[in-house]
Amino acid sequence: MSGPSVAVFGATSAIAEQVARRFAARGARLFLVARDSARLERIAADLAIRGAASVHTHAADFDDAAALGPMLEAMGRSVGVPEIALVAFGTLGDQTAIARDVDAVGRVLTTNFVSPARLITALVERMEPEGRGLVAVLTSVAGERGRASNYVYGSAKAGLSTFLEGLRHRLAGSGLQVLDIRPGPVDTPMTRELGLGGPLLASAERVAADIERAIDRRRSLLYTPWFWRWIMLGIRTLPEPIFHRLQL
Amino acid sequence: MVSRFPESETHLSWGRVLRARHRIARPSSPEAAEEALARRGGLSVLAFGLGRSYGDSCLNPDGLLIETRGLDRLLAFDPTRGILRAEAGVSLADLLATVVGRPTPDGGVWCLPVSPGTRFVTLGGAVANDVHGKNHGVAGSFGRHVRALTLLRSDRGRVECTPEHNGELFRATIGGLGLTGLILEVTLQLERVEGLLLEVEEIRFEDLEGFYRLAEESAGWTYTVAWVDCLARGRNLGRGIFSRARHLPGGAEHVERPGPPRLSVPVTPPLSPLGRASLTAFNALIWRRLGLAGRRVRTVPWHRFLYPLDSIGAWNRLYGPRGFWQYQCVVPPAEAPRAVARLLETIAHSGQGSFLAVLKTMGPLPSPGLLSFPMEGTTLALDFPNRGSPTLELLARLDRIVLEAGGRLYPAKDGRMPAHLFRVGFPNWRAFAELVDPAFSSAFWRRVDTADERAQVMELAA
Repeated sequence: MSGPSVAVFGATSAIAEQVARRFAARGARLFLVARDSARLERIAADLAIRGAASVHTHAADFDDAAALGPMLEAMGRSVGVPEIALVAFGTLGDQTAIARDVDAVGRVLTTNFVSPARLITALVERMEPEGRGLVAVLTSVAGERGRASNYVYGSAKAGLSTFLEGLRHRLAGSGLQVLDIRPGPVDTPMTRELGLGGPLLASAERVAADIERAIDRRRSLLYTPWFWRWIMLGIRTLPEPIFHRLQL
Repeated sequence: MVSRFPESETHLSWGRVLRARHRIARPSSPEAAEEALARRGGLSVLAFGLGRSYGDSCLNPDGLLIETRGLDRLLAFDPTRGILRAEAGVSLADLLATVVGRPTPDGGVWCLPVSPGTRFVTLGGAVANDVHGKNHGVAGSFGRHVRALTLLRSDRGRVECTPEHNGELFRATIGGLGLTGLILEVTLQLERVEGLLLEVEEIRFEDLEGFYRLAEESAGWTYTVAWVDCLARGRNLGRGIFSRARHLPGGAEHVERPGPPRLSVPVTPPLSPLGRASLTAFNALIWRRLGLAGRRVRTVPWHRFLYPLDSIGAWNRLYGPRGFWQYQCVVPPAEAPRAVARLLETIAHSGQGSFLAVLKTMGPLPSPGLLSFPMEGTTLALDFPNRGSPTLELLARLDRIVLEAGGRLYPAKDGRMPAHLFRVGFPNWRAFAELVDPAFSSAFWRRVDTADERAQVMELAA
C-alpha cells in the first residue's frame, strides 16, 4: 500500500510534524524541508518508523530566494510533483520588541508573507498542470483583525490569506485545491516561550487531526479548533470605539 | 535568565494532593533540552513526562520541570531483533499505535515486554520508576529490557550508559526517579508474542489462602492480578477475584487497537462521588459479577486486559478537589500472607475502604536498578481519598506492618513515606545518592534524603 506524496515546508514546526505523522501512518511518500538539518533528520527517522513509504529531506532557508530552485529540484527528484503540499513555516516573534524595530518588521513580513507567497507560486506552477492535488497553507486567526498584541504578524497572515483567496479564484475548476488553515493559539514551544496560555490553547495533535480531515475533504478554509470561526466573527464585528477599550 | 521560563501552578501528580509552583521548559529537541538545562540559573531541575506518578516524585516545587513530551521521536527500529531506540518522551500509547503488533521474522508479533497499569506513561518515566506489570513472574521489571540509555547530566553533558559501559549510572538511572540527569533516549528490547489477543480467566476466591493457591497454580499463565474486596472482614477477609491471561496465537491483524478514552472526566467535582456508599455498592457488584459458577473465560484484546482504567480519561478527578493517596507496598514471600492479612484487617477496621485494591505476586527475577521497587513477594496497591489526618494516620499504621515484614513502598505512588521507611526499604540509597545529578531534585528526594533520620525513627515509633 502506498499513500499519497506529501511535501512539507517547515517540517520541524510542531503542527507540521503532527500532520506528517498522520500521513506517515498512511504510508505516504514524504519530502520535508526545514532550516535545521539535525532536527530534520530525527524527524525523518521517526516518520519512517511510523510507516512512511519513503522520507526525503532538504535543509534550506525559506527567506533565501536563491534557495527556492534547488529546493524544488530536490522535491522533483524525491516525490516528483506532490499530491499534497503543506506550507507551515512562519515566525511569531515578540510583538513588543518588533513593533518599533524597522528591520524586525521587515523580517516578520518576509518570513510570514513574502517567502510563502513566493514558494506557493512556484509550487502551483508545477502542480496545476497535473489537474489534481492540494496546497494547504497555515495562516492564522490573527490575520482577521489587527490587534495591538500582534498586528505585524497578523497583517502578514492577512496578506497570505488574501493571496490564497485570489489563488483559489484563479484555480477554480483546475482540479488543484487551495486550503487556508487558520489555527487559533496552539500549544507549541513558540507560544510557551511567549507565556501564552489559557483554556483556548489547542494541542498540535488536535489541530493536525483537523488539518488531515480538511485535506481529505478538500476544504478551502479551516478554522481549528472550530470555535475560532465564531470568536473571530465576534471580534471582527466589534465597532472600533468598543474594540479600542479591549486588551487583545 | 531564569525569568524566561514560564510559571505554572497546574502541574500536578496523579494523586492531585500536592499543589506547587513550578517553572516550565518544554524542549522539542535534545539541543533545546541542553539549552534549558544550561540556563537553569539557580533552579533545581526534574523531568516531567505524563504526570502519572501519584505522589511527589514527579514534582519539584519552586524548581524547573523539563517537560519531555516534545521529545517523542522514534529513532531506530530493528524489526528482526525487536530493538527500538526512541526519545524518552515517547508514550507507551504511542508505541502501541506504531511498533506493537509489527510482525517478527518467525510469525509472531512484537509487544511491550512489561507494561504498567496505564499506557499513558513515557518511556523515560517507565525507566525512572522501573515499572512492573502483571507479567512480573516471567518478565521481571521494565529495566530488565532496557539495553541502553542516553543521559543528559548537568556536570558531564551527554552520557551513554549500558549495563557494561557506565554501568553504575545505568543501574542508578533505572528506578532512579529522574534524579540522575535527564533521560534523553532509551533503547528497549521488545518481546515476541504469538498474538495480541489474550485468553483471560477470572476466578473468585473466598480468602487470602484462596488467592495464594490460585497464584501458585497459575505458573503457566503470563499475566496474573487480583482484585480484593477491602471492605470484607472476618472469614471473608481477603476475598476477591483472580485474573490470569496468556497470549493466543493469531498475530495482530483484526485485533481491535486502542483509541483515545471513550469517556472522560472533564472537571473535578466539588464533592467526590467515591464515598463509602458507592464503594460498598461497587464491591458488591464486582463480587457477584462472575455469577454462581464463580469463574469465566473470555478472549480480549491485550490492551483491554492491561489497561482497564485507560478507558476513562482523567479518572483521578473523581476523587474531588482534595485528591487521593495511593499506597503500594511489597512484602517478601515468607512474611507476605500474614502481613497482607494484617494490612487488609487494618484497612477494613478503619472504614476507609479503597476502590482499587490490587494484589499481585512478584517473581524472583531481580530488578536491575539501585532503587528498583519490584522484589520477590506480594504487592498490594490501594487508593484512599484524601481526608487529611485520618487518612495519613491509617497509612502510618500500614507503614509499621510493612516495616515489620521487611517490605518497602513504591516511590512512584508515594507522597508521604517517612525517610526511615525509605532508607530501610531501599538499602542501596546511599550508593544511589552519590550518583544523583547535582542540579536535579524532587519533592520526594528532598523529603527522604535530607530529613533528620532520628526524628523520623521517633515519629515512626510514636
